Amino acid sequence: MENTNPTLGILFQLYQSLLVVLLAPLLTGWVNQCRAWLQNRSGPGLLQPFRTLRKLFHKDAVIAHNASPLFRVTPYILFGCMWLAAAIIPIIAVDLPFSPAADVIALVGVFALARMFIALAAMDIGTAFGSLGARREMLVSFLAEPALLMVLFSASLISHSTQLPRIVEVLAHQQFVLYPSLAFAALAFVIVLLAENARIPVDNPSTHLELTMIHEAMILEYSARHLALIEWAGSLKLFAYISLGIALFFPHGIAEVGNWGAVPAAILALLGKLLLAGAGLALLETLLAKMRIFRAPEFLGTAFLLAVLGLLIHFLLGA
Amino acid sequence: MDIVGVLPLDVAGTIIVLWLALGLLGLALQGSPHLIANVIFPAGAFASLALSATGLWALGTVANIAVLPLGLPDLPLHLRLDPLSAFFLILLGGASFGVSLFSAGYFRSMQGGALGLLCLQYHLFLAGMALVLLADDAYMFMVAWETMALSSYFLVTTDHHVPDIRKAGFLYLLVAHVGAIAILLSFGVMQGGQGIGAYTFAAMREAHLSVFWSSVAFLLALFGFGAKAGVLPLHVWLPEAHPAAPSPVSALMSGVMLKTAIYGILRVTFDLLDAQQWWWGGLTLALGLLTAVFGVMFAAVQGDMKRLLAYSSIENIGLLLVGIGLAIIFHVYGKDALAALSLTAALYHSLNHTFFKSLLFIGTGAILHATGERNMGRLGGLIHKMPWAAALMLVGVLAIAGLPPLNGFVSEWLLLQAFLLSPGLPNSYINMLIPVAAAVIALAAALAAYVMVKFYGIIFLGQPREQALEHAHDAGIWERIGLGWLAFGCVVLGLAPVAVVQQLDMVTQMLIGEGLGNAAGGWLFLTPVDTERASYSPVFFLMAVLGVMLVTVLVVHRFYHGRLRRGPAWDCGFPAQTARMQDTAEGFGQPIRRIFEPFFKIESELPGAFDTHPRYHGRSDDRIWFFFYLPIKRITERLSSWAALLQHGRIHLYLSYTFVTLVVLLAFV
Repeated sequence: MENTNPTLGILFQLYQSLLVVLLAPLLTGWVNQCRAWLQNRSGPGLLQPFRTLRKLFHKDAVIAHNASPLFRVTPYILFGCMWLAAAIIPIIAVDLPFSPAADVIALVGVFALARMFIALAAMDIGTAFGSLGARREMLVSFLAEPALLMVLFSASLISHSTQLPRIVEVLAHQQFVLYPSLAFAALAFVIVLLAENARIPVDNPSTHLELTMIHEAMILEYSARHLALIEWAGSLKLFAYISLGIALFFPHGIAEVGNWGAVPAAILALLGKLLLAGAGLALLETLLAKMRIFRAPEFLGTAFLLAVLGLLIHFLLGA
Repeated sequence: MDIVGVLPLDVAGTIIVLWLALGLLGLALQGSPHLIANVIFPAGAFASLALSATGLWALGTVANIAVLPLGLPDLPLHLRLDPLSAFFLILLGGASFGVSLFSAGYFRSMQGGALGLLCLQYHLFLAGMALVLLADDAYMFMVAWETMALSSYFLVTTDHHVPDIRKAGFLYLLVAHVGAIAILLSFGVMQGGQGIGAYTFAAMREAHLSVFWSSVAFLLALFGFGAKAGVLPLHVWLPEAHPAAPSPVSALMSGVMLKTAIYGILRVTFDLLDAQQWWWGGLTLALGLLTAVFGVMFAAVQGDMKRLLAYSSIENIGLLLVGIGLAIIFHVYGKDALAALSLTAALYHSLNHTFFKSLLFIGTGAILHATGERNMGRLGGLIHKMPWAAALMLVGVLAIAGLPPLNGFVSEWLLLQAFLLSPGLPNSYINMLIPVAAAVIALAAALAAYVMVKFYGIIFLGQPREQALEHAHDAGIWERIGLGWLAFGCVVLGLAPVAVVQQLDMVTQMLIGEGLGNAAGGWLFLTPVDTERASYSPVFFLMAVLGVMLVTVLVVHRFYHGRLRRGPAWDCGFPAQTARMQDTAEGFGQPIRRIFEPFFKIESELPGAFDTHPRYHGRSDDRIWFFFYLPIKRITERLSSWAALLQHGRIHLYLSYTFVTLVVLLAFV
């Protein structure tokens, strides 16, 4: 990327990294707040995730007798992966010096790495729930991950690049065209977002009901700081997915290369988009019902097929 | 670049002779198994390392040719070391170094006589594979190919007193020979009827065949090499034979021997026939996709850890064929830069698969030694008893699941890039196939992660499922070195993709006259096309994740506290938790079996609700065996029973057959 100022770029990268790690729990708080309003409850407020994190960090960690080092290191790996993912998605400006290290395929790889570790950690204690959660998580992901990859491919084919900044630049700053392949991709992406972030209808983030839980079953054995990091990583993951959606499907308003003057406006635009996306997610979750676990593959299979259809449309129509 | 007149080929030849000598020495030293384990195997390992270095050296030099005054009268043996052979020699040497070191520890408990024989077969196997790679004529190639097949047959049947292993070995021998016949016929076609002197590869390159005959040669080669590689539907022997062999041999068979088949396909398609028809690529691609999905699906439902790995090898061979198929398609349509990219992906993946699959197979050997158990449903919790093996195998598991920053991810990344760059071919079939193929590859990769969570989670994590596991011991020092070397290979291949791709360029230059180059990215960034298009830097990636982790650990412990207590597992407050409540291998694979039900032949027996001795029994078999192989077997038996009608064991009957034949012949003349 030409005419970028490297120092400014690095400073901006650091700034975005700090911003996302602080914004992510707020976004989770916002989604929960909207859900509470939609369900006629008053809700705990936007800052509740921070209060929970603070409480968890202060507690003494209790882990099972037979927990291995893998179990203890996983929360840190999870947090590192998710932070990295959220930090390399261009949401305010496309000058992200770290972005070339990991393109969209590597981004999917980061999510997969984190998932692998949390699934292994879930099996580490050897409880019935742990392995149940790991199995279900892998079940959901083996369809969600290729669907996500196909969604990203649709965008990559249009922009002739797998670099996120480049994709955003092409989609946001060139002449306005409607791509039918992206419409399919967007639909598939919403389904993947719901599934990968343990949301209704695939999973329910606010239940510990044995028969239905997936993500919660995996992290049952965690407590205190480990749990705090996992919760924070979960927020970061949701944030990363929503910002990925914004970058791919609503990139307008993201500042161009070297145009630092547009950054304040871009931040405002981002906040607006996040508020809308969070409210939309809460609405979706309120309207949908949790489905049986073996309906989930069909649901995700739909996403996969939609994404492949989008890709085929691109190859056949060139759009 | 020759050092005082010595060529890489001379060194490689010396190493092969050294292996043969070590094998014979092993046979002679039957009386002292300690010597075989502690001296001969490590010596063979260092010969492997030297072979690897020779291969690296030969990559940068022009092809060396030698004619040996051996063989039949007027049929001397030709050897040739070009970049393609050199690359596969690196792969062979690199993996067998680790495997031979591991073997030094693994075989120490064997009896002297059996060990001496095994040592001979083992080194003969290595030498056979190296000679396959060096052969420059059909005769030499077939001799080496058969040496490899037979020595590996004897290695597979090391435990020949077990009937199942004898059966597996027979099946392997049968399929290997059907394949060998096809390869021989393919060479016959390529020779183009030019007479006896034309059996060298040099003559085959010159023989310009018609489209029909070159397609016949290609199909025969694909069939023959496909039988060796375990391509659908010729895969049936693989999940039987690979697990039956001792673990180091399984590692060599899965890690290296399958790659000799890939070498054969590349040699015939690109070097001898110079890929001419797009449908060759389309066929290879389609077979690769079927093989990949089939392999990973069956891997997910296996309960035996070595069978699981064998099916996973089938999957990886599928991925390799996909890369080769794409390369053929692009090459035929003149898009050589893209062909180089797909071929690089395939070669890179060969190297990666060699390292991580060998690592995992010898790892199962260490587990087998420690516990005597291959069934995952009887393992569990081994991370506490075998921390070394667990840590090193975790590297292999992450690598094979295709996760950054390890090596499996790099080759998948390259392959997906090749798909993304491909639109605009003047063939609508291919344009339709390519997005579907990309989707199938993504699905197979995601399922591979499922399989690996199952493999690692059930074996190493959780609570021990059997009492006997209390006495499991960690891998010994030789084993650790072997495992460590292969794990190190996975990490290096993952972190230094630019250096590897630069070496692979020599091979793609030779085969399709175009390299990938990496001018734009420097040594840190892998950029197959240009920086705008795609880039990946595993070093930065790793540094970022590790950096964030370190900062998090420091911040959390600095601002809060690091207090930790241990207690019983919580499990939602359920007190009566036992090891039997964990998922078994079958349980973990159940969702896959349910989703892909039509593909399996499932036999299951469920206990009734009031059963006092409930027993669950489930089997998922391969439908291909029942729909393809059993009918062939029945037809063969029918035909041979008809042929048997001629046989009565009475001499006058046979004499009268001869008489009738003579009369019939006389009537014609």
